[in-house]
Amino acid sequence: MTRRTFLGMPTTAPPGVGHLRGDESFPAAARRSLTDPQLRRNLRHATTTIRAKSAGVIAEQSDWEQLRAAGAAIKADTLHRLPELLEQLEARVTEAGGVVHWAADAVQANAIVTDLVRTAGADRVIKVKSMATQEIGLNEALHAAGVTAVETDLAELIVQLGDDRPSHILVPAIHRNRAEIREIFLREMPGVDPELTADPAALAAAARRFLRETFLSTPVAVSGANFAVAETGTLAVVESEGNGRMCLTLPRTLITVMGVEKVVPTWRDLEVFLQLLPRASTGERMNPYTSMWTGVTPGDGPQAFHLVLLDNGRSAVLADEVGRQALRCIRCSACLNVCPVYERAGGHAYGSVYPGPIGAVLSPQLTGIDDNASLPYASTLCGACYDACPVKINIPEVLVHLRAEAVDARRRPTAESIAMAAAAYTMDHPRLYEAAQRAARMSRVAGRRGRGLPPPLNGWTGSRDLPEPPAQTFREWWADR
Amino acid sequence: MRIALFVTCLADTMFPQAATSTVRLLERLGHEVVFPPGQTCCGQMHTNTGYRSDAVPLVRRHVRVFDPYDVIVAPSGSCVGAVRHQHAMVARHAGDRALTSRAESVAARTYELSELLVDVLGVTDVGAYYPHRVTYHPTCHSLRMLRVADRPRTLLAAVRGLDLVELPAAEQCCGFGGTFAVKNAETSTAMLADKMRHVLSTGADVCTAGDASCLLHIGGGLSRLRTGVRTVHLAEILASTEQESAVRR
Repeated sequence: MTRRTFLGMPTTAPPGVGHLRGDESFPAAARRSLTDPQLRRNLRHATTTIRAKSAGVIAEQSDWEQLRAAGAAIKADTLHRLPELLEQLEARVTEAGGVVHWAADAVQANAIVTDLVRTAGADRVIKVKSMATQEIGLNEALHAAGVTAVETDLAELIVQLGDDRPSHILVPAIHRNRAEIREIFLREMPGVDPELTADPAALAAAARRFLRETFLSTPVAVSGANFAVAETGTLAVVESEGNGRMCLTLPRTLITVMGVEKVVPTWRDLEVFLQLLPRASTGERMNPYTSMWTGVTPGDGPQAFHLVLLDNGRSAVLADEVGRQALRCIRCSACLNVCPVYERAGGHAYGSVYPGPIGAVLSPQLTGIDDNASLPYASTLCGACYDACPVKINIPEVLVHLRAEAVDARRRPTAESIAMAAAAYTMDHPRLYEAAQRAARMSRVAGRRGRGLPPPLNGWTGSRDLPEPPAQTFREWWADR
Repeated sequence: MRIALFVTCLADTMFPQAATSTVRLLERLGHEVVFPPGQTCCGQMHTNTGYRSDAVPLVRRHVRVFDPYDVIVAPSGSCVGAVRHQHAMVARHAGDRALTSRAESVAARTYELSELLVDVLGVTDVGAYYPHRVTYHPTCHSLRMLRVADRPRTLLAAVRGLDLVELPAAEQCCGFGGTFAVKNAETSTAMLADKMRHVLSTGADVCTAGDASCLLHIGGGLSRLRTGVRTVHLAEILASTEQESAVRR
């Protein structure tokens, strides 16, 4: 169902393009990932390691809480005056020799980029790791137009060569270990040394040899952006490997696809985010490479620069008073790394390029709740994500809000909605409530520690006993005193 | 002090010993406990499952029942969390301004047991005796919604005879999450398995917490695996005394 705003723009990301929707519900997908012990070991090891590293460098920063508050405030202010800031950004980028394109959704964005690549006469592009281009399925769109997109981020390359899907925002191959990566390289990497070992340095060297040649022979690069400064028209990409820097500086043409929420008002605002992001995401004090560029510089770097501003459902998110805080996200992945559900189920279970707690609140808002109705329930509401978020997105609050939206969107009553209404009615009538307590006690006779209960309660009794109801409720004890 | 007991529907129906212990403990400390009639459920399950409008009459009832009292206590971090962080939201969403402000007022007078003892009554040694090896699971809502921090551990540390052992990865959720345990049973069970592994690694014979719901979950798993480790609510430990122990012996 495509709803439209009063401006006539589609409020949600269109179906059939990009990667915001899974093929199955979260519980079904999670059930399958949970049966893979290798995946669970990989995830536990990786998330435990990043958690500890991040906690260590955050503890060093005495003003961490003030930085979080500042980050949240700057983003809230940005979202409050987004149209004005985007127009300012457009003006500055244009003045500096760039070209700005506005894309209402994934279909438009893919068409714009494909046209630009064709115009540049290229049949291959190199890519800087980018969530926005994964969101819109740009690689598939380019492939359909006869253009090969080569991912240059090491982990993203592993995913691409393995014909796999990313499972983490920052560490897309978090579900793979060294041995698995070696196998993928041996199978898929052109010109790889058949004696390749699973030593991390050897794996990185193999990728480097393969990528160097690609960097030097490809005329067009596509990137995302971590930040765009409205005041100056400057784009920023932060990364660890330097491969992004190669893409951003070597080709003749650079095309950047950026979600509209990535803009920040002023240059000084970067001071806050460049401290928050590396500590919250990779657990580094500072990321190794921060690349910034403003339009084009004659004789230095790409001589053509295009900026594609992507909506794809973001206006719909912005219209939701509770849900809009999800647009503050700086894609650090801290919420994934602390999430006990993500740690067990893995990123693929979320069905979207945005996994984990942030994905559970972002994906259903971008697509509309109907297409991702199980995601807001993929959480125990334990609150670890809210504590970890460097821009203080109250993820549990948004999850509960979206659950209400999921229930309200249902057109007819379900067994659950009938049971919930009956429970609420009972709880609002103390006599009925007491009768229900007595009925629960009758089940003592049924006994057997609650095994063999009918669905959905067998979800409980598959792995857990139910205690026998006590001989006396508290209120009976109180009345007898 | 006159203290109104918000028993919570789960403790009332399934774990009355958590509530009777709360009453005995507070009376032993010289306070008067009253049990406001007409109380049932805070509506958290409805709100958290998406049935916000079904929760409205329950919020209205809770506020009406508890509004007359100055100090309210519940043996549950989760239910107090619902009162403090959800009731006003539910009322606001229903467009009821009067209910919103009354809900906020009741919330400000509602305490989880360890908060009441340490912050309001100013006591950390409640004179309890409990000769067992005990590990403490800080439930998510006590920890991250209410920020009870070290209050329960401080109370446990002062219990005579009690050997308090640290639970590894204590701050990780046990996987309960209300209807999550049923809707996402497999993920919930995977989380529970890790929690149980950590509990068993401590060698404790009792796992305690401030929430009957999490204990229902952890205890249900420990019982299914016949581990012999018991789950006991924090209130029961704090209510235990040497005399009682002697009588039982």
